[in-house]
Amino acid sequence: MLIDWIIFFGLAVVAIASGIGLLLSKNAIYAALNLIANFTAVAIFYLILAAPFIALAQIAVYAGAIMVLFLFVIMLLGAERLGGTSTLRWQRPLAIVLGLILIVETVLVFINRSGAIAPIVEVTADFGSPAAIGESLFSTYLLPFEVISVLLLAAMIGAIVLTRRRDQKA
Amino acid sequence: MDVALWIEWIIKALILVLGLLTGFAYLTYMERKFLARFQNRYGPNRAGPFGLLQPVADGVKLIFKEELIPAQADKLIFMAAPIITTVPALIILGVLPFGGVVNIMGREVPLSIAGNLNVGVLYIAAITSISVYGIVLAGWSSNNKYATMGGIRSSAQMISYELALALSFVGPIMLAGSLSLADIVEEQMRIGWFIIYQPIGFVIFLIAALAEINRAPFDMPEAEQELTAGYHVEYSGMKFALFMMTEYIKMIVVSAIAATLFLGGYHLPFVTDQPWGVWLGPFILIGKIILLLWGIIWVRATLPRVRYDQLMAMGWKVLLPIALFNVFLTSVIMVLFPNWFSH
Repeated sequence: MLIDWIIFFGLAVVAIASGIGLLLSKNAIYAALNLIANFTAVAIFYLILAAPFIALAQIAVYAGAIMVLFLFVIMLLGAERLGGTSTLRWQRPLAIVLGLILIVETVLVFINRSGAIAPIVEVTADFGSPAAIGESLFSTYLLPFEVISVLLLAAMIGAIVLTRRRDQKA
Repeated sequence: MDVALWIEWIIKALILVLGLLTGFAYLTYMERKFLARFQNRYGPNRAGPFGLLQPVADGVKLIFKEELIPAQADKLIFMAAPIITTVPALIILGVLPFGGVVNIMGREVPLSIAGNLNVGVLYIAAITSISVYGIVLAGWSSNNKYATMGGIRSSAQMISYELALALSFVGPIMLAGSLSLADIVEEQMRIGWFIIYQPIGFVIFLIAALAEINRAPFDMPEAEQELTAGYHVEYSGMKFALFMMTEYIKMIVVSAIAATLFLGGYHLPFVTDQPWGVWLGPFILIGKIILLLWGIIWVRATLPRVRYDQLMAMGWKVLLPIALFNVFLTSVIMVLFPNWFSH
């Protein structure tokens, strides 16, 4: 389908451009906005892959809740202007080396790919529906699901303990 | 894809957007007229019969106003913020069913854009959560302390009340066993409106929705006395009109969602069940929306604004626990009396 190709490559351009924009923005607010655009593009990728639940969860949780918190903190602290010099000097060379390794590996995978692309599997009508996801979450993936919930609870308690003021100790 | 289907969708989308815009214009008139009556005044009564042309006069006035952009403002975001605010409010009703399926010239047409979307309620939650950006960015980009203060207040308020709002969706979802709004309305036709089963959920929804759309008594982000107008203090002309429009459209949107989730949507017993009643669906839904809007205006005319710390304390310490308890109670009742519900 031609339309699928156009949508896919349009989205890919948006996703990559917003990713690069996030890295290059001098202003933290613009960086956050680029990240929101990136999350939204990824959400639409999920929609194309017949996973509406994941797509909307991505928008509600990442593009919505988490990024609103980020913006809120950036604005509250007045931290939108980033400092010119980086405090971690070894970080930039290391990042370049690691990035190069990633690109080389990707190219190698593409070159050495054995055989043709796997044929597209037709998805069933209830594929990716909330009911199907809920069922697999609470049966096949019950243990990881519960482990994550305990982890999140621990993180929440940790945040509350850390932000507690000293003089409030009862 | 079927060309007729595309035409059908475009027509429906146009009707929805135009309906919301007209609704906005006449909601401002309705609010001013009702507020006037609550305060023993006449309200607008000069432009046209009963002042009915007042919204048109307001619109023409705003078009001819000078557009000011503050010198130190972040121009790009300042221009984009009104648009970012308006779009979520306009698209959120795409998943709302306005009626059953009707037959137009031999074609089965459901009276909604995507009413049977199987993640409809989640879509509403997702769009709600991104609708805060416009306000925050407008406040920040104005480079004005009152505007920034209003933007920060509104983001804090919307994050806090979003949780209670989303939890109040859970009751109807569990009762209907579906995230699709069409299924939720159909289940209400079968077992009765969900306000009977979810009185606590309905009240939580109304309070959280008022906070979510920054209406009185939760209009802290634009408290006139302290912030002059909050996040849109630097905006003028049509950009200001876009913010006003979004506020009023959001009132219509939350009323429509409340009517659909708890008050049976387009359903009215003994009327829409009849074969001739299908076309009445949208009008019944509009009637319910107008009743709820009247309630929202009544609240504004009656209650004083709450203080900011009271607002936060109420959201986190009162509304959220009650909403969680409501989810717990609903599940316990559904497990104890499985025969009442279809699944």
